[in-house]
Amino acid sequence: MISRRDFLQVSMAASALVGASGFGNWSRLAAQQALTQDQLLQFDTFGNVSLIHVTDIHAQLKPIYFREPSVNIGVGDNRGAVPHVTGADFRRLYGIDDGSPSHYALSSGDFSSLAQAYGRVGGLDRVATVVNAIRADRPDALLLDGGDTWHGSYTCYHTEGQDMVNAMNQLRPDAMTFHWEFTLGSDRVQEIVEGLPFAALGQNIFDAEWDEPAELFPPYQFFERGGVKIAVIGQAFPYMPIANPGWMFPEYSFGIRDENMQAMVDEVRAQGAECVVCLSHNGFDVDKSMASKVTGIDVILTGHTHDALPEPVLVGDTILIASGSNGKFVSRVDLDIQNGRMMGFRHKLIPIFSDVIEPDPEMAALIEEERAPFKDQLEEVIGQTDSLLYRRGNFNGTWDDLICDALMSEREADIAMSPGVRWGPSLIPGDDITREDIWNVTSMTYGKAYRSEMTGEFIKVILEDVADNIFNPDPYYQQGGDMVRIGGMGYRIDIQKPQGERISDMTLLKTGEAIDPAKNYVVAGWASVNEGTEGPQIWDVVEAHIKKLGTVTVQPNDSVTVVGA
Amino acid sequence: MEFTRRETLALGGAAALTFVLPFRANAAVDDAIAEFTGGADLADSGVELTAPEIAENGNTVPIEVSAPGASAIIVLAAGNPTPGVATFNFGPLAASQSASTRMRLAGTQDVIAIAKLADGSFARSAKTVKVTIGGCGG
Repeated sequence: MISRRDFLQVSMAASALVGASGFGNWSRLAAQQALTQDQLLQFDTFGNVSLIHVTDIHAQLKPIYFREPSVNIGVGDNRGAVPHVTGADFRRLYGIDDGSPSHYALSSGDFSSLAQAYGRVGGLDRVATVVNAIRADRPDALLLDGGDTWHGSYTCYHTEGQDMVNAMNQLRPDAMTFHWEFTLGSDRVQEIVEGLPFAALGQNIFDAEWDEPAELFPPYQFFERGGVKIAVIGQAFPYMPIANPGWMFPEYSFGIRDENMQAMVDEVRAQGAECVVCLSHNGFDVDKSMASKVTGIDVILTGHTHDALPEPVLVGDTILIASGSNGKFVSRVDLDIQNGRMMGFRHKLIPIFSDVIEPDPEMAALIEEERAPFKDQLEEVIGQTDSLLYRRGNFNGTWDDLICDALMSEREADIAMSPGVRWGPSLIPGDDITREDIWNVTSMTYGKAYRSEMTGEFIKVILEDVADNIFNPDPYYQQGGDMVRIGGMGYRIDIQKPQGERISDMTLLKTGEAIDPAKNYVVAGWASVNEGTEGPQIWDVVEAHIKKLGTVTVQPNDSVTVVGA
Repeated sequence: MEFTRRETLALGGAAALTFVLPFRANAAVDDAIAEFTGGADLADSGVELTAPEIAENGNTVPIEVSAPGASAIIVLAAGNPTPGVATFNFGPLAASQSASTRMRLAGTQDVIAIAKLADGSFARSAKTVKVTIGGCGG
């Protein structure tokens, strides 16, 4: 991160690069006890170009609660670096007061009580208000969507992404890149993309057969804004066919392809680009690494790893912006571009406090229209929760504990596995659990809950494999996401060890016995990337379980012992 | 439903992954390099190897090698039971000394390219390609 002091030094070293963050403007609001929309939107327009960044909305049209992680371990060069700083440490790092709105929006700790005080966050109608306000300041601001937009809710699933397409079209982005969108299947993606009134970008989206750039997704798009020629280069999620079912989009190949990124930067610069923006779904650490290898990018708008950072991170002459997830934040970045150089920037991560920011009436109406056909299904109350239900964290979250319990109970399994995805809003104690809430944390196009026998040895192979996808010291070998969640089994993980040596002390919790490598265990799980997986849909499994419980109480989970963090 | 053993294996993606990871280079690699270079020293620059960091499909991993002025480039998969993948020979009339192919990788391992350059010296480049079960992207 850039501390204020470091930042000054960096600016001096770069001699021409000056900047300011709007962060202090709203951290100080804590003392004032009351937030207003004007305060959240306050921004002294700067330079000649404005970028608006939203990413990883995961189809959350309505306000939600979203607890940031308390465990987010960095490895290799990123050990102890943002975004791998959480809770009180995060607040100390950025000078955030405990109990302040920034505490609630940006960090974990006291979540349930702060959630009651500050209310829900997000809602695309509130996002629309913020976008419109920025456009009132700077009518030609560029709105860029980092992807993971057409996935993650009941309505999105049932309309195959159409609700989000309609809502975003009304928000009028200038460009977008992709990840979960591809899990709609390549035919549906093509159908939507061909009708999009904005650019669908991805320099790393290739034709799988010919290993050539895919025609449907141009690598970049030029915009002329404020008299400045801006090139926006798209970077889709690099590991789509690995982290998600490749059989759903077999025509496409991805990868980081940083050599092609450099070629594209050189190409747009040669064509007169004065400012180069990379709209990325790489994940923060991958973007940081890419920024150190590829030269000539002014701004990387990061996505995928769902980090929300109140200040840009500087790598060389490139600034990295992290805008959170689930509609919780909008980033505004103003740039001063002179003679093809970024001379300075001003940035603000705007938290969407949904009780403070007025909904935009047109967007609110559209959202209601999209939801109307499904209203009864969405609002049906399935149960209640006594516990905070959240997902984010490297090893477990209470939502996943509940899902794993549902799998073991409904599918009569010894062990349950739940994918370490980072989407899915939170619920606070006392909340009803509606069908919509369950879908918000389970909805996907490959959600069947399998039941299978696996040897102890194979379970270890899976854990080792996933652990290396998160804790490989080289970010280029990481896929983002968190550790696969395990129910019914405890284990010890040593982060610093190489693949094959991280996992030990695997224990079957119901008997307390060590897992036998040669023995078969019944494992229930969901979100298999393999074609032909059979079983009931995960949301039905979870709904049945919650219905039986009535009121959910999730016990603290200490079954994973973490060392080397 | 119950899963059959075959389906269980399919769940894991690559059944080959049940072996110890990562795959280590074996003696056959050293032999192949020695045969190609005659034991000459290997420079770190002069040959470029482009390969994915993580394979989308371990059964068909696209790679590209390029070495301006080279007369031959050998490609080895250090962790495969048979490490030899290809030897590309370039005649004096070759317009460029680059080639691309696809290979099968038994697991996470280093892919190695060694080029015989115009002056008769040798250059080496290597890249780790990960073969993974995957399935947990955020």
